[in-house]
Amino acid sequence: MFTTAGTTLRSLPLVVAAQGIGAASADGFGADAERSAEGLIGITLEVNGSARKLEVEPRATLAEVLRGPLGLKGTKIACNRGACSACTVWLDGAPVCSCMMLAIDVGERRVTTIEGLAGHDGLHPVQASFIEHDAVQCGFCTPGMVMSCAALLRDRPSATEAEVRRAISGHVCRCGTYPHVIAATLALTKPPSKA
Amino acid sequence: MSDESMRSVTMPLGLGGHEQVVREIPADEPPPLPPNRELAVIGKSTARHDAEAKVRGATRFTVDVALPGMLYGRILRSPHPHARVRAIDVSVATRHPQVRAVILALQPQDGTAIVRYAGAPIAAVAATAMLAAEEAVQLIQVDYEPLPFVVDLSEARSPGAPQVYDSASAPSGSPSGFPAPMGLPLEGNVRGPAIARRGDISQGFSQAETVIEQEYATQVQTHCCLEPHSIVADWRPDGLTVYMSTQYTAGVRHELADAFNLPLSRVRVLVEGMGGGFGSKSMLGNYGRLAVRLSQQAQSPVRIVLDRREEQTDAGNRPGTRQRIRLGARRDGSLTALSVQSYGTAGVALGAGIWNFAESLYACPNFESAQYDVFTNAGPGCAMRAPGAVPGAWAVEQAVDELAEHLAIDPLALRDRIDPSPVRREERRIGAQRIGWSGRHAPGADRGPVKRGIGVAQSLWASNVQINASCEVRVMRDGTVEVRSSVQDIGTGTGTVIAQVVAEVLGLPAAAIQLRLGDTDFPAGPPSYGSRATASITPPARTAAWRVLQSLYREAAPLLKAAPAELVAKDGKIAVRDDPARSIGFAEAAARLRTDFASAVASRADDYGGFRRRMGDAAIAQQDLGGVQFAAVAVDAETGIVRVERVVAVQDCGRPINPRQIESQVQGGVLMGMSFALFEERILDRRSGRMLNSDLEHYKIGGSCEAPQIDVVVLEDYRAMSATDAYGIAEPSNIATAPAIGNAVYNAIGVRVRSLPMTPAAILAALGRVPKAQNA
Repeated sequence: MFTTAGTTLRSLPLVVAAQGIGAASADGFGADAERSAEGLIGITLEVNGSARKLEVEPRATLAEVLRGPLGLKGTKIACNRGACSACTVWLDGAPVCSCMMLAIDVGERRVTTIEGLAGHDGLHPVQASFIEHDAVQCGFCTPGMVMSCAALLRDRPSATEAEVRRAISGHVCRCGTYPHVIAATLALTKPPSKA
Repeated sequence: MSDESMRSVTMPLGLGGHEQVVREIPADEPPPLPPNRELAVIGKSTARHDAEAKVRGATRFTVDVALPGMLYGRILRSPHPHARVRAIDVSVATRHPQVRAVILALQPQDGTAIVRYAGAPIAAVAATAMLAAEEAVQLIQVDYEPLPFVVDLSEARSPGAPQVYDSASAPSGSPSGFPAPMGLPLEGNVRGPAIARRGDISQGFSQAETVIEQEYATQVQTHCCLEPHSIVADWRPDGLTVYMSTQYTAGVRHELADAFNLPLSRVRVLVEGMGGGFGSKSMLGNYGRLAVRLSQQAQSPVRIVLDRREEQTDAGNRPGTRQRIRLGARRDGSLTALSVQSYGTAGVALGAGIWNFAESLYACPNFESAQYDVFTNAGPGCAMRAPGAVPGAWAVEQAVDELAEHLAIDPLALRDRIDPSPVRREERRIGAQRIGWSGRHAPGADRGPVKRGIGVAQSLWASNVQINASCEVRVMRDGTVEVRSSVQDIGTGTGTVIAQVVAEVLGLPAAAIQLRLGDTDFPAGPPSYGSRATASITPPARTAAWRVLQSLYREAAPLLKAAPAELVAKDGKIAVRDDPARSIGFAEAAARLRTDFASAVASRADDYGGFRRRMGDAAIAQQDLGGVQFAAVAVDAETGIVRVERVVAVQDCGRPINPRQIESQVQGGVLMGMSFALFEERILDRRSGRMLNSDLEHYKIGGSCEAPQIDVVVLEDYRAMSATDAYGIAEPSNIATAPAIGNAVYNAIGVRVRSLPMTPAAILAALGRVPKAQNA
């Protein structure tokens, strides 16, 4: 169950090859180790506007690559199977769970993380509104929550409360920040234009 | 103490602080604070001190800590719920080229190596990559002799059930730190009873004109912290440094010093961002010990971060309960007798009781409770947000409603009669108005398929205080101010309220106060559990700020040609009280300090009016915390789906320091209570003993679409007990929600659901539309 037979998502993709899998040895691990080492794949990720070249294991998820070799730790891993949305980033502007996507599958799509949402000094309006409405408690789900709310407002500037609730429905927040997150996001909506 | 060490002061008292009381307080405590309406920073909703870092993703959590040469630890866990471990062979794992350490969590050769729940640690490895650590634990060969097991509370109580412990192996205290009475008898899997009594229970029932007797049940809830339990342990020849996602840095330091025989001065525990604990991160834990041992053996830093399945099975849970309540009353509603018998299971651990909720909430001269712990082959329970009180309230607050209906008395009127608390009386009045109680209809009165109802329930929680709580306030020569304490901010806003209290004293804005928290190299702070952090750390923060201000006054006094006692700190200046035009800037005064900084360390004084009880470092204040919550629900009688449409939460926490943060925390308490009432349940497979929903997908938690409108009202309830008079809110806000929803569901459908969670299946079964689930 925990560490014995059976393939779980957790047993598949882990830590990128920057760590390496050790040299072949006489202990019987050589074949496996080399197979892994051979399996490194060179990719270029466009993250927050800059191209990042790196070698990753095929099984490394986008979340692990962002947090590991790219050092972008604002993206959080909480469940590692797409059930809590803490790892939400944008792919060509669309929010996705980065724990559910292999880094090698990103291709040419642009990745935006919480670190790239605002400029260096300013805050994105959603971030400022989260602060103002105290939409933050422990803060672990917050980066993902911000990414989803910012994407919603970009696509639906006049989003309704129901749309805000739906946009964050995949996010688990155990502290219970939902009411303030909803208020913070709704505070930024514009009245629908009279088209 | 001599008379000179004390002085008499007049302090605000009661709701709104409109009354006053004279207290004798130690002379070195600051002057009393007036009510919030007369203050500049306290009582205002200043922005959370770490909000900007959090919305940027810049806060460093334990899972983000990466030290040079850090190894990745992984724990091998038992697949069996009950087994004797005959042998563990780690030889192959040890030869893995990336493995740097392998240790055993138990010793097969000593004959007592028995695992008692699926997920119990067997061994652990540290390797240079996480993947390698995962590979290596799978190379460990374990020879298990499976033993009979039981995971169900009722089955575990029956004669002939497989026995989890014998009297020699049974724990006497709780490894989770959850209070459990010592020395109680064990029969089969049942330990107890722990008895509490007052008056004469049989005489009480003989005086009763009516008796309600019912059984209520609560399920096992898991904590589901978003940040997993995590630690980075760095063992060095000159000492041990541990980064840990913990609710109590100072407590973990003590545990480490004891476990590894180190002087306290050589153990340092740090936490910056902390991604949720809810009781489950109060102690070092088995994973913490394993990480330190791995670091010791590998001579490198070792990181262990539990995965979600480990979180769900071996990181604690809220014990499940079965409670039988008998309530005797006169026709006017006054209680004559209350007895509670509770059986709870914390799996292999103790502490599944209902604490003192039934005993303390209502005036009843004759009381008796008998609480039993039932051992099962399940992961250890531990404290979870208002432990004991949450299951206790589910039973008591529904029983009181059942009594009210039986006597044809309005549930609020009955509580007015039997609840001695004037604070809750006011909370009931305010809440009833807000929810529209007067428009409440008779149970099950709606004709259509969607039936609406309103319910109420009450909360009671001890005002806990940690005496061993201190902090340092430094004023630097450039006018900057820094607060240092090992107290951690786990997302409750502790840092923000400390900054507000210090800023109020120094006449500065809260944002000007720099916080350095969560590091045991600083003065020892309190734990962030038991709703005690605010009550414990804000008084010494204010005291330390006040003392360091006296040093500044001494520097400023000659410049202003006034005595230090004539000065005040306000609006960034130090001024003469009666001639405010004579002033200098705060930084200007600081520049005159003889050294780079002036500093004061203060610790928590005893409550000015004395404590109710004191146990070592901890104490309980005279007055409890409380609250009253109202819920409005809509129940679809065809699908069984319960929607909570609105909750009104009226709460008290002494002097509120930051209303918006309090509102956030109350909303969180309500949402956790709603989720407990309707969705959450740990499901163990009786055949395999394993948890079937050990993730965040099948373990259901209420989210954004289920969140009701929540109105939070916080009273100012002055008690004249400390330098801030402030208390916590985390737990009181989580106690009343589930029974308020339960009472509202009854009001909606006219059928009482006494077992949690109130799933659609449970509602339909209660309505007689589907057969009752077996084993429910």
